[in-house]
Parts: sequence; structure tokens; C-alpha cells
Amino acid sequence: MSFLRAVIVIMAKDLRIEARQRTALLTTVTFAILVQLIFVFARPAGELALSVIGPSVLWVMLTFSSIVVLNRGFLLEREHGALDGILLAPVSRVAFFWGKWLANTLLVLAVLAVAFPLWVLFFGLPVGMALLGVLGTVVLALAGFTAAGTLFSAMTARTRYAELLLPVLLLPFLIPPLFAGTSGSLRLLQGRPFEEIAGWLRILVIYDVAFLALASLLFPHVVDE
Amino acid sequence: MTLDSAAATRSIRRGRLLTLVALLGLAGLYVLAIQFTPTERFQGLAQKIFYVHPPAAYAMQLAFVVTGVTSALYLWLRDPRLDAVAEASAEVGMWMGAIVVITGPIWGRPAWGVWWAWDPRLTFTLIELMVFAGYFALRTAVQEPEERAKFAAVVGITALVLVPFNHLTVYLFASQHPTPVVLDPSALGSPDKKLPPAMLRTFLTGMGVFTLLYLGFVMQRYGIGVRRLIREYDHAS
Amino acid sequence: MLTHPLVRATGLVRRFGLIRALDQLSLEVRVGELVLLLGANGAGKTTLLRALAGLVRPLRGRVQVCGRDVHAEPGARGAVGFLSHHAMVYDDLTPRENLRFHAALHRLDGAEREIEAALELVGLIDRADLPARGFSRGMLQRLALARTDLHRPPLLLLDEPFTGLDPVAADTLRQRIATWRTADRGIIAVTHDPAAIWTLATRVVVMQHGRIVHDQPRSGDLMDVRPTLDRWFVA
Repeated sequence: MSFLRAVIVIMAKDLRIEARQRTALLTTVTFAILVQLIFVFARPAGELALSVIGPSVLWVMLTFSSIVVLNRGFLLEREHGALDGILLAPVSRVAFFWGKWLANTLLVLAVLAVAFPLWVLFFGLPVGMALLGVLGTVVLALAGFTAAGTLFSAMTARTRYAELLLPVLLLPFLIPPLFAGTSGSLRLLQGRPFEEIAGWLRILVIYDVAFLALASLLFPHVVDE
Repeated sequence: MTLDSAAATRSIRRGRLLTLVALLGLAGLYVLAIQFTPTERFQGLAQKIFYVHPPAAYAMQLAFVVTGVTSALYLWLRDPRLDAVAEASAEVGMWMGAIVVITGPIWGRPAWGVWWAWDPRLTFTLIELMVFAGYFALRTAVQEPEERAKFAAVVGITALVLVPFNHLTVYLFASQHPTPVVLDPSALGSPDKKLPPAMLRTFLTGMGVFTLLYLGFVMQRYGIGVRRLIREYDHAS
Repeated sequence: MLTHPLVRATGLVRRFGLIRALDQLSLEVRVGELVLLLGANGAGKTTLLRALAGLVRPLRGRVQVCGRDVHAEPGARGAVGFLSHHAMVYDDLTPRENLRFHAALHRLDGAEREIEAALELVGLIDRADLPARGFSRGMLQRLALARTDLHRPPLLLLDEPFTGLDPVAADTLRQRIATWRTADRGIIAVTHDPAAIWTLATRVVVMQHGRIVHDQPRSGDLMDVRPTLDRWFVA
């Protein structure tokens, strides 16, 4: 119980700080919208239907927005040695990890709350149950994304090249969930039967479990001296 | 768990000797492959790459597994020598991976008609190379040796867990991706498909030679790594 | 009296590469003691303090605070207060929010009144609801002082707490240490300026190459002891 409480306290602290620094969140939302715009104009007009590239754009946007959010998470723990403040508290390192992970995941979802409806609008997607499925796929993929990202950002934040290092380290790890997510979403939007989608969802779930467990295990080593 | 300069020198010397033997073996492998092994009927001379390409791929995978295992051991025992082994193995693995992605297209061009066809094995190697490019980027970005070793170990372990996901992804990707296959690549992939004994013998020689090359390189690189650490610590104290 | 010491560190070993930061080090500190921890740069003082606080994980040995292992039981860290030259606060939160976060981590329920009192005590009550961004070094350190003592830890670890403080802030801190010293707490202080709290200290410990080379009750004037202490700093 005290574990869960610590997770929530740490998460709430991050969300409060992000809510206060409105610029960061607004900029990330703007960035997510711009990624979509860039894709629309990078496509030879009329050559490729928007609905076909739709899922790809969604997942590329998700990837880059996640990296922007993750980059910030541990940089703020560097202010005045704040990280030590949490490590000194009677709270397990694993609870610390889950709190950071939850905050990062919720922040990406907050960006998505604006970017997702716009994506539906821009790419002319039919509003319906399929979209709910896509959203579910996004949440599933996001869990594993942010688990690996939270672990890595705790390390890159301690270096001088944090903003550059995180994407280089993280992007190869995002290829499996990215591919499963894109493939699953495309089939959902094409209205294929569930059996064709179940396999992709299974990959996402296994990836989430594997990387959440691994990150929980390794995170204490990263923050302990 | 002390870093011993004399032991580093010994490791470099032994590594050199082993590499020399391996290089002689490599020369022998070329002669064996070109002179004493029959030329494949459909693929012609390009097929000779088969005696270098898969052994390099195997050496790369071996290297990254060794990095993953020594990384885990490092987090447990905190012995700087384990970090030096992990680093050495990762670097040699990068070079082996480079051989794979360079020789692949050389065979792919005559066989498939294109240099790069998103073949699962090549794609897998490319992703692994990117993972370890990140590993080395992180290493260069961290000044303090203890922290560098710790962070690198975390990436080394995580990279090992990524391997099965990567395998799955590239094969699923390839199965959906229309590749311009001129020749069935599976005819080449497995040596048990009634491969003539001469070809099998040459192939196995290749595997042995690359194992020796891997070991020789890692021993040298390990010695260099230990020397660097000693210099760093001397500088710090 | 307590039967067990406040802190008991046994056989701590920690190397940073070739440097021995902690070399088979053992130390016990009891309630009512103020241990002045001295030593040359790189002697391992900060590593020892951070190991006692659970921040540095020793390769061998264990640290018990109030009888509980700080590395194995997160709960044991609740008995430690750590004040360093880092304030460990967030710029975007107000002093009150920073203290609330700290209280929540320490599972202090309904700590509003204590937070109010702590802010009053360090003289930050007027700025309690303004973000800490732009606070001066002295103000940040006062906030850090409030944070360190909010959960009333029996053990206080001070790592160069006077660094960068203006005379007024330094004096406030000195008074605070004096209060702690008489109030059934145990204190270990690392400082390169022993004069600041010399008269408050009860015991002087000197470290060299990760070992304790001198451990005596504090006696007499700093000026008289200085030559004895200085020989540890030559190396």
C-alpha cells in the first residue's frame, strides 16, 4: 500500500511541475501537430491516399512526442540535486521508477488528447469503434515505449548530450512496438477480423511486460551510486 | 579486482598471437573457398561470400551475447575488468556486424538484383549495429569510469533482451514486404540442405576462423581498455 | 537510553576504480554526539556520509540506522536527515509544495501545521507560496534546512552545509545545529572549515584513504589541536 502511495506521490509531483511549466506541454502538443503537417506535405500530392499513410503518421508522431516528453522527465530531477531528495526518502527505488514511468506515460497521453482527434480529422478517418481500438493499441505500445525510455532517460539526463543521446539510444528499442502498433492499427482501420489483430496485440503485451520488468530491475542500479 | 598493467600487456600479446593464427586461417579459408570448393551452379562466384558472411553474423551475435552476460556480471560484482570485456566484445561485435552488412549486399546484388532488399538477417544486423552505436555514444558521453561502466552495462543487458523482439519484427516485416527475390534465399541459408561435403567443410572452417578472430580481437581490445582505465584513474588521483 | 547505537556501519568497502573510498571502515555514533568528520579531499568523507544515508551502495559491509539496514529496508531511511550544499528542491514548486512533497514521501499525514512551523522557523513564511525559481542561495539553503528536519530524523548527516552561505544564514544554521545537538539527536558533519562548529562537536574523526585514522573526543581549542590534525592533510 505504501508502495502504491509513493508511486502516486512521485507521479503527482511530476504532473504538478509540468502543469506549472505550461510552455513545455504546449510546445510538445504543437510539435505533435507539426509532425502530422510535415507528413502531409512530404507526401507527393495525390500519389498516396492520406488514409493509407494515416497509421504510420500516428506512430511516428507518437514516437517523437514520447522522446520530447521523456527527455524532460529526469532533467528536472537535476535541479538542486532533487534526485537525491527522492533517493533519501523511505521509498523503494522501484516505486520511484513506477512513479516516473506513470507520469511520463500520462504526459504523452495528455499530448495525444489533442493530437489524436486532429489526426482523425486531418487524415479523414471514419469515426467509430475502430478508432477506440487504435487508441487502445496506442496505450498498449506506449507502456513499453515509456518503460525503456524512463530507464534510459535516467542515464542520459546525467550526461551533457541528453537531448541527442536519448533518441539515439531509444529509437532501436522502439522498432518492435512501432511495427506491431502500426500493423495492428492499419488492420483495425481496414476493419479486419480480430484474429488478424490479436497477434500484434500479443507482441505489444509481451514487450510491455518484458521491458517494464527489466526496467524495474535495472533502474535501482542506475540511480544508486 | 585490481587493474593490472602487466596482465593487460599479456592479454594484448596473446591476442596478437591468436589474431595472427586467425588471419593465417582466413587466408587458408580464401584458398579453400576459391580453389578447393566447387562453385555453386546458379549463383556462381558470388556464393563464395557464404563462407564469410554467416560466420561474421555468428561472431557478431556471439559478441553481443558476451557483452550482455558480462554486463549483468558487472552490475553484480562491480569489477572494472568485466566492463572492459563487455566493451571489447561490443566493439569487435560492431566490426563483425559491419562485415555482415557490407558482404550482404555484395551477394544480394547478383542474387536478388538489388543491393538492399530489407532481408531479415541484414535488417536485424543493421538494428543491432544501431543499438551498439548508441551503447558507444553513451560510453563517450559519461566521464566518470564507474558511472560509464554502470550505464553501459544497463544498455548491454537491455540490448540482449531486445534480440528476440528484433528477430520477430524483422521476420514479420519481411513476410509482409514484397522482396524482389530472384533466387530463393533459403536455398543458401541452411547448410544441411544436402550441401556437398566440400562446401560444408569450407563453411565450418569459416566458423572456426571467425571464432578465433573474435577471440584474438577481444583479447587485444580488452588489454587496451584496461590500459586506458589505468591511465584514467592515474589521471584522476 | 537506547541500547543500540544510532548508526552502526560495519566493514564498509567501496572503491571507485583504483581509489579506495571506503576501506573496511566501521563506525558507531550514539545519540547526543556531534561527530566532526575531517580529512583531505578524496579521503572518502562524502562517500561515507552518502553510504550512511543509503545513497552509495557499499560493495561489502552494512549500515544500520536505529537497528535497520538502510540499503535493504527503504523504511530505515526515514530516520536520516541529509543536508548538503544541494538544496534538493524543485524550482517550479513553491517552498510549501516542496515541503508537502517531502512530507508525503515520508508518509507524514496532516503535516500542514508542521510545514507552516518549519517555514516560520527558517523565515520563509512570506515566500511560502511563490515558486522557488529565483531564490538566492541563502533562501534555498534555508528551505533545505526545513526539509532536512521536517520528518524529525534522529540522525542528521551534514555534508559541507556552510558552503556558499552568507554570514546570517551560516549563523542560523549554526544555531540550528546547536539545538539538534542538545535534543537527543546524533549528528555527523563533514566540513573543510572545522572552526564553524568546533565548540559544538563532541568527537573528531579523521579519514584517510577510506579508513579512520583518528577518532578522539573533542577536547580543547581548535588552535591547540590544529597541528595534530594538519598532519593528516599533508598526504
